[in-house]
Order: sequence, then structure tokens, then C-alpha cells
Amino acid sequence: MVSNAVMSEQEAEFETTAYHPVESELGSVIDIENFSFWYSEKQALFDNTMKIQKELVTALIGPSGCGKSTLLRALNRMNDLIDGIRSEGKIAIEGTDIHDPRVEVIELRKRLGMVFQKPNPFPMSIFENVVYPLRVDGIRDRNLLEETCERSLRDAALWDEVSDRLQDNALGLSGGQQQRLCIARAIASEPEIILMDEPCSALDPIATARIEDLIAQLKENFSIVIVTHNMQQAARVSDNTAFMFLGRLIEYGETKKIFMNPMNVRTSDYITGRFG
Amino acid sequence: MKAKEPKKRKEKKKAEMPVPEADLDNYMEPGPEAAQTLEAEKSPPGRTGLRASLDFKARGEPFVWIMGGALALGVLMIIGFLALVLWNGIVTFYPGPVEVVTLKNGQRIAGEPFRSESFRPSDEQLKGVDPESRRAIREADGFASRTLYRIGNFDIYNEDFKWAVAHQVARTETPPGIFFVERREWGPFIGFIKTLTLDGRRIPGEKVSLDALYAAHDEAVDRREAVREIEVDEIGAINYYIEEDRLALRRTELDYGKNSAEYRTEKEKFERQTKERRAGFAVLKKRISAINQEDEKYKITLTEIGGREKRLRLSEIVRLYPANNLSLFGKIGVYFSRWGEFLTDDPREANTEGGVLPAIFGTVMMTLLMVVFVAPFGVVTALYLREYAKQGTLVSIVRICVNNLAGVPSIVYGVFGLGFFAYTIGIRIDQLFYPEKLPNPTFGTGGLLWASLTLALLTVPVVIVATEEALAAVPRSMREGSLACGASKWQTIRNIVLPQAMPGIMTGLILAMARGAGEVAPLMLVGVVKLAPELPFDSFFPFLHPERSFMHLGFHVYDVGFQSRNSEAGKPMVFVTTLLLITIIAFMNAFAIMVRNRLRRKFVEGQF
Ligand SMILES: Nc1ncnc2c1ncn2[C@@H]1O[C@H](COP(=O)(O)OP(=O)(O)OP(=O)(O)O)[C@@H](O)[C@H]1O
Ligand SMILES: [Mg+2]
Repeated sequence: MVSNAVMSEQEAEFETTAYHPVESELGSVIDIENFSFWYSEKQALFDNTMKIQKELVTALIGPSGCGKSTLLRALNRMNDLIDGIRSEGKIAIEGTDIHDPRVEVIELRKRLGMVFQKPNPFPMSIFENVVYPLRVDGIRDRNLLEETCERSLRDAALWDEVSDRLQDNALGLSGGQQQRLCIARAIASEPEIILMDEPCSALDPIATARIEDLIAQLKENFSIVIVTHNMQQAARVSDNTAFMFLGRLIEYGETKKIFMNPMNVRTSDYITGRFG
Repeated sequence: MKAKEPKKRKEKKKAEMPVPEADLDNYMEPGPEAAQTLEAEKSPPGRTGLRASLDFKARGEPFVWIMGGALALGVLMIIGFLALVLWNGIVTFYPGPVEVVTLKNGQRIAGEPFRSESFRPSDEQLKGVDPESRRAIREADGFASRTLYRIGNFDIYNEDFKWAVAHQVARTETPPGIFFVERREWGPFIGFIKTLTLDGRRIPGEKVSLDALYAAHDEAVDRREAVREIEVDEIGAINYYIEEDRLALRRTELDYGKNSAEYRTEKEKFERQTKERRAGFAVLKKRISAINQEDEKYKITLTEIGGREKRLRLSEIVRLYPANNLSLFGKIGVYFSRWGEFLTDDPREANTEGGVLPAIFGTVMMTLLMVVFVAPFGVVTALYLREYAKQGTLVSIVRICVNNLAGVPSIVYGVFGLGFFAYTIGIRIDQLFYPEKLPNPTFGTGGLLWASLTLALLTVPVVIVATEEALAAVPRSMREGSLACGASKWQTIRNIVLPQAMPGIMTGLILAMARGAGEVAPLMLVGVVKLAPELPFDSFFPFLHPERSFMHLGFHVYDVGFQSRNSEAGKPMVFVTTLLLITIIAFMNAFAIMVRNRLRRKFVEGQF
């Protein structure tokens, strides 16, 4: 296994991405061009190029440590919090380069909702959690807040469970409910894109199924990028799948094709569970 | 029996299969793989032996014992200390009997037994002792016992205490007619009532009824209070306004010069007003002398045990009671009346008697002010250090310095407070804002404000360290969640990080408060005094006077315990004051802890 990986790294340098995604009628929402990324000395992403399609679900898969989270967090510049990072190449959202000095990172993040691996509701009431993105925008209009809260919770399929206890502390919810609350929070400010980093890894199968249903619904209005370790999940929820390996995008294509008939041998190895 | 069995078995196994030392090394060093090969190679007995020898270390029982022992020792010391303070503090005010001791040489001592001890009399002391007692002493290995009596009557005897050695005592009585009289001056008087003069009528001691005495005494106390009120409140107010007028005049003089028209009109006004105000004095003085004249008619003559007399006004007496003729109810009454005086009155007699109200005020006010200063200062510093400053060598150095500040002797802070706050900043403030009062300093000397600031400086490391820890403990996922919602860094800190760090910050404040309230040394330099003329809080605008010097319970303890004329006499007061200080700190802490727990309850993690 160890020797295998070393060999692959050498080979990987000359690899070109097998590129066959389904195109959305609405075009692409995020254009990643020759994007490379370093944590201090360590290079985590190598020259990745992909177009994420609008109002489709894009799954990022790959073995642990291959750079899925790094890529995802590069999209809303969450990596900026880390000291000593450096990047090359371009990421554009709806045509705007996110690294353009004129882009306010705060404004950027408002366009991309993010859901984390572990549910991270704030220690406040459910209501305050959902409307938090609006609060930081300085919105005080009670009616607007209440409307947004209800709509987001309905979209996140949580409304029926919590409508009668909106003022309760959010930490009192179950793990699955908390994750749906985080989704509600992520969509409250009506972003264009939702980024999800292994949103179901802390959840049981029933809660996972609910979130997957939710993703299917949300796709009507949002473009979704989801990192997952669960092949079935990727196959079930996504339209396009990107397979990453050692910081490189190996194959990016229609989910059906990737799972039935991958073009790259490494992709098929990974999907069939031969390594990773 | 049963408990012993397993141990025995283990020992037996150990004896059967000694563990080769090399094996142990192998096991420890190359890690689990080596252990596996070891397992494969070794026959089962060798492995069992290995485990038996590791058991001891693995279970860590000796460490548990050491930890438990350390805890027990710590708890014991704390409990011992608290019990000592509590017991002494609680019993001090309980009135004891007054014993009259007749010595074999005919001398008589009357006093409250204070404490007893055994001692080894020197040969000199044994000289005049009768043979019987001498034998008794020899049998007790040369030890004799003696009792210390609080004899009072300092104005007559020139001492407060006297020893009575057991073998010199002919007899001890508790005469029912003897009184314990607490006076406003000279300490207690112990003796009998010879005569009582009520409204000019003389009543011989035997015929004095207690009820009439108490009633007359209550009236006398009311008169004294009335005089005091006039002196302090009314005359004080007049003096205050005259001083205000004088300052206003001086200000005009400074602003316009002595020859200006403004000064002249102002001066005229001042003289007219002062005259009017002075007229008020005469009225008040007349009232006082009327009361005093009335007071002269109520007098009491006391005789001490040796027959010497003392005549004084009833109003000079704080409290009197027939010490040996007191019911339990009466004793409890005296007990609580003493507590009442202690908690609500001003000190008397160089602080060894009376109350500590000004000191309570000073301590609480200074501690609260300190918290008001230290909380924002410490929290802001920690926020910057932890959240904004670039983590590097510089920040590490700053952090080390902050931590080391906690080790600087507190008296050094006192010197700094005096030199920097009072003599540098304070004097500037005086020159700028209070030039009319100079050369009398306003802020240019120690005072409540500077003391609180000095203590804030002293305790700020505690708050910084606690706040930094609390900030670091806020999970990264929370911050990221907030930032991902489009919140700015400051919004994240304000809305998410600070509220969650609040319980930890409160812990820091609680520690700082306890440290600050118990600190004495630096305060002696920056504003605490033995006897403050005024409270730092009164009815004159702006009500809180942070520039005034103040009294402090901690300093009170030191002062009474070590600076009074007789340390023995101060001892009970030391315990009571310590008890009070500890109680106040405990109350303030309990309040802070309550607030913290309420905050904490908000942040309990949900179950899932
Ligand atoms: N803060 C960091 N500093 C330095 N290196 C990092 C940091 N975060 C991640 N890395 C490195 O970058 C590489 C990619 O990490 P990343 O978290 O993107 O992997 P991943 O694909 O999300 O893995 P997983 O599936 O386990 O979450 C890894 O080799 C990791 O060690
Ligand atoms: Mg990851």
C-alpha cells in the first residue's frame, strides 16, 4: 500500500484530468482555473481546473487528505484564517475573481453558505441561529426576520419539529436536527451556492436520508458542492462528481458515468474500494 | 481475609516467574510490534509475569494515594484555619462572667477570665510559695497553671490584663452585684455601682433598679446621638459650604487676580455668606450646650474592687450589664447588641473598640471599583493578545511578562501606585482641575481611586490569563460557523466568542476579586488609613468621592493586631474583623459564581 502511493504520486504529475461533466443550462457558477494551494511549505492542491455547474449538485470524493476540504474552503476563502497560506491560479464566482483585492471577503462569504462536518449551532435560541446571517447584516425588521426564519427552516425540513420552540436553546436539539438547523442558517441569507463538508458524517442513517432528501430539494434553487466519503451518497445526490487524489483533480464528470464507467483507472480503483 | 487473597496469589506468581529485566526494556522501547513478536516467542508464563510487574505502575495506586493525601492535607489546613477564625470570631462578643479573685497575699483582682495556660515558674517566683503548693508543682514536673484576667479600668490600673497564678489564689467568687461597663473612653470598667444620679437625685447603689438604669442609659445615649448628629451633620454641612465658598473665592482669585472687580464682588459675597453661616454655628452650639447641661444631671459613680471611685456621665457609657447576674436571654441580647455596634458603628479607642462600618464600606467599594477597572482592561488586553496580535515571539514575550507580573511583591505595586498614580497623574489633575485647593492635595495623594487602580494593576494578570484561556477554549467550529455566515471578525468575537468565554472570564474576575479584597500591603501606600475622617460616599455632590482616603478591613486587622497599645486586647477584634472580611469576600464571590453559573447554563452542550 505504501509503495503504491509513492508510485502514484510520480505518475500523478503527468496526469490530465478526465473531464466530462454534465453541463447545466444555466452555465457554470464557479470557474476554477489552474488553482494551486500551499499551507506554508506544503502544497495541498496542484493546478486544478474545473467548472462547477449552476443549480446542480457537485460531489467531491477522494481518499482522506487529498485536499477536498482545502478546495471547498478555498471557494469561500475560509482558508484565509490560517497563517502562511498561499495560492496560485484563479477562482471566479459568476465571473468575479474571489482573490481580487476589491472583493470584500465578508460579502463573498455571504454568497456562499457553508455547512460543516460537525453541526455547529451557536449557543443561542433556534430563531437567533437561523437569522444570524441577517443579524450580522444589521437587519432588525422583526417581520423580515420571522419570515426568513420560517422559510429557511421549512426549506431545511426542520420547521415542523421546532416551530413551537423557536426560543429554546439550539444546543438542546438532536444532532440531526442541529445539522439541519445549520443548513437552515446557511440558506437564510439566500446565497447562490451551498458548500457542504461531509455534512452527514456525524449523523445516523435516518438523519442522513433526510439531509439527502433536503439536498435534492435545495438543488432547485441553489448550486451545491458537497464533500463526502460515502460513495453511495455521492451517487445518490450528485449530478457531477469530482474525484481528487493527492491534491489533483483526477476525474470530473457525470456522476452516473463516474460510478458506472470511470475513465481513469485510479477513479475506478477508488470507487470499487481497491484503495483509499 | 478475602481482600488479602488476590494479593497473595499475585505474589506467588511473581515468585514463580521472575521477570528478566531485558524483556521489560524490549517491551517498553520498540513499541507494540515488538510486543507482538515478544508475545509470539514467549511461553505464556513469561507474559503473565510481565503483566504482574506492570500492574503496579499501570494502576497508579501510589499516585492516587499521594494525590489524596495532598488534598486531605490542604483541606485540613483550610478547615483548621477557617475553624479557628470562625470560632474565635463567633465567641468574642459573648459576655463572660466576672470573677473576683482573692490572692493569698490579700490582693484582689476582678476581671473576665481571658485564657488559661500552664507555665513553668522560675525559682524566683517559687520563693514565697507555701510548701503544699510547692509539692504540687513538683509533682506536675515543675508546671503551674495561671489565668489571664481582663481587668479593665485602664485609667486606674494602667494595664488591661493581669495574671493570677493558681497556687497563689485563696478563693474565687462571682459576686452578683458586679458590673461590666463599656465606656466610650478608657475601655471597660469592672466594678460596682456606688451611686446613680438621675435628674439630680442621688440613688445609692443597692437601691438602683436595673430597669431604671437601662432606661436612663437609653436616654443618655439618645442625647449623645443628638449631640453627635448636630456636630457631624449640621456643623459639618456648614463647614462644608463655607469651604466651598472659600474655594470659589480662591478660584476667582486665581482666574482674575486679587485686584479685579470680579474678585472684589466675590469676596464681598463670600464674607456676607460666611457671616450668615457662622451665625448658624451659634444656634447649634447653644443647642449642644443645652443638651450637655441636661446630660450633666445623669451621672453614675462606680467603684472598682480596690475601692477607688470613678464618676462619669451616663452618656459616656456604651453598654453596661451585671455580668454575673445575666440570664441566657440577657447574654444573647448583649451578644447581638455588640455585633450590631460592630457592624454599624464607627471605631473608637484607636480602632480596638466600636465598629468597623467605614472599613466595610471602604473594602466593598474599593473591590467593586477595582473590578470595574480590571474587567474591561484585562479582557480587552487578552482579546488583543489572543485574537488580533500575530502569534509570534513578541506575543510570547508579552505573555510571559504578564504572567510574571503576578510574582511581583504587592508592596512594589503600592510604591508604583503612589509614585505614578498619586504623585504623577494625581498632581497633574490637581493643578488642572483643583488649583484652588492647593497646597492641599485632592487627587495628589492616596485615595480610593488610586487604590482601586493599583489593585486593578495587581490583579490584571489573573484576568488576562483566565480570559485568554477562555477565549482559546471557544471551539474553532463556532468561529468558522460565524465567519461562514458572513460575519466580520469583530462580529464573531462579539456575538459568538465573548459570550461563550464569559464564564471563564468571570472565573478570572472572581479570583482577581478575592486576591484584591484580601490585599493590604500596597493599600497602606495608596490611600488606606487607620481612621478616615469621612466616608468616600456621602450626601454631598457628587456623592462618590474617589479621591478620599478610606478604611479597609484588611488594614484594620493589621492595625488592631499589631499597632494597638496592647496586642492582647486587640486579639478578639482581629478575629472578628478577619471573620467579617472573609465573609464579605465569600459573599461577593458567591454572587459572582451565581452569575457565572447562570451564564454557563446557557452553553451546556446538547445531547445527541
Ligand atoms: N491547516 C493546515 N496546515 C497544514 N496542512 C494542512 C492543514 N489543513 C490540511 N492540511 C494538509 O492538506 C492536505 C489536504 O487536507 P484536507 O483537509 O483538504 O483533506 P481532505 O481531503 O479534506 O481529507 P478528509 O477527507 O480526511 O477530510 C492534507 O495533507 C493535510 O495534511
Ligand atoms: Mg476534509
